[in-house]
Amino acid sequence: MRGESVVVVGAGQAGSQVAVALREQGHRGPITLVGDEQAAPYQRPPLTKGYLAGETDLAGLVLRQDSYYDDHGIKLVRGERVIGVDRQARVAVLGCARTIPYDHLVFATGARPRPLPIPGAEHVLNLRTVADADAIRERLDGQIGLDVVVIGGGFIGLEFAAVVRKLRHEVTVVEAQSQVMQRAVSAETAQHLVGRHRSEGVQILTGTGVAAVREGLVELTDGTVLVADLVVAGIGVVPNTEIAQRAGLAVDDGIVVDAHLRTTDPRIHAVGDCARFASTHAGGLIRLESVQNATDQATAVAAAIMGGAEPYTALPWFWSDQYDVKLQTAGLTNGHDRTVTVGDPAEGRFSVFCFKDERLIGIEAYNRPIDFLMGRRILESGTALTPDVVAQPGFDLRTSQQKKAA
Amino acid sequence: MPKITYVAHDGVETVVDVAQDDTVMRGAVLNGIKGIVAQCGGGASCGTCHVYVDPENTKPLSQMHQVEDELLYFTACERKENSRLSCQIPVTEEQDGLIVHMPEKQL
Repeated sequence: MRGESVVVVGAGQAGSQVAVALREQGHRGPITLVGDEQAAPYQRPPLTKGYLAGETDLAGLVLRQDSYYDDHGIKLVRGERVIGVDRQARVAVLGCARTIPYDHLVFATGARPRPLPIPGAEHVLNLRTVADADAIRERLDGQIGLDVVVIGGGFIGLEFAAVVRKLRHEVTVVEAQSQVMQRAVSAETAQHLVGRHRSEGVQILTGTGVAAVREGLVELTDGTVLVADLVVAGIGVVPNTEIAQRAGLAVDDGIVVDAHLRTTDPRIHAVGDCARFASTHAGGLIRLESVQNATDQATAVAAAIMGGAEPYTALPWFWSDQYDVKLQTAGLTNGHDRTVTVGDPAEGRFSVFCFKDERLIGIEAYNRPIDFLMGRRILESGTALTPDVVAQPGFDLRTSQQKKAA
Repeated sequence: MPKITYVAHDGVETVVDVAQDDTVMRGAVLNGIKGIVAQCGGGASCGTCHVYVDPENTKPLSQMHQVEDELLYFTACERKENSRLSCQIPVTEEQDGLIVHMPEKQL
């Protein structure tokens, strides 16, 4: 196994972790990490948090020091794009026409912002890369009281809204669905987040789409016109699957991989935002966009390349920081048919336990980190916890598990 | 730049220059020091950057917030009096010379 050449396509959180994990696990062969951004691999979560607020700079985002890659024999190719993969010849083709031979290739191509299908989309900024964040910072710089419209009330949109509000701008979030963060959290959690935003003076409009954007104005589908000095969209992403598709691999809103994160070619894996994988937790094929998913899948693929045979089964988890709210989700709560809320919502500290067919599928912890961490353990171990037990007055996850252990 | 010493569980010491306002966790991760995992990258969400501050320490350290306090009950290795999450310890000149000990495991 040793001495084999690995090419990683994409140098985000997932791609860089493949390279790091391979070396940590003792891989000796050449590793080439190709990314189309100029910056060394960096963390994206702070882009909607500390970086946007100017509390940290690019040096505070990078995942490893530049020297790390040289010191560990990882060839980091920056500002270059892989444009094709020749599976017969087993080479990756770069935009500059150079080819890199591989024994194993890993797609970690990530995703790109979903284009806004409306007139005037060219006036709208996205927030995915450090360059995007810089462009937004430039527009906000040194000013206060600008009218900012955020299209999309998901993780990105709401985190962005919170930071921009703290920078003392007037913020309106426009969400087409009837609930913010609909894909990600329960109605209870969403309602509290909306309340928190409103108490900070952010306007949140739900059930309203955007019809068009013009210089300085946003027209909504209900006829409302909003004044906007800056418009930023966070309406989801499209996975970068084109190279895999051209190479003849199975693609279906993501590069399709099996429980070992292998594509239809056993020498090629896919990880992170771009991969649609068989999840034991979802009971089917899913694609996840999160740091946890990127790093855990990357570490698992490194082990697979090293000859491991374990399927990928890591429990998904997420977090979001908005104002002083730390929202942490263990498991996948999407598709629940019953929820039980524990704690004190009025005090802004509670957890929503989400069940499907009487089975616990996830926990949303709103400023309750203990529930999040204990929830991860319970969900990982498959410990049964029924809604009736959780709904009992005075239920506390920690004491309930201690009793069980005793 | 402030220097921070990381002592691995097997006693091996690594001294690293940490940029002002980076954290003790980042100093380790940036330089590929094993023993600090930091799954969440500093979001105070995972409890995998647990360290034991050197018992002889006299450097002033940031105050512990509630989230960190709660997470420390769930670290892979035992919580002690001197346990901290290294992502919650910012580094300035005042921490120059700080020594932290890394636990046997983080996961």
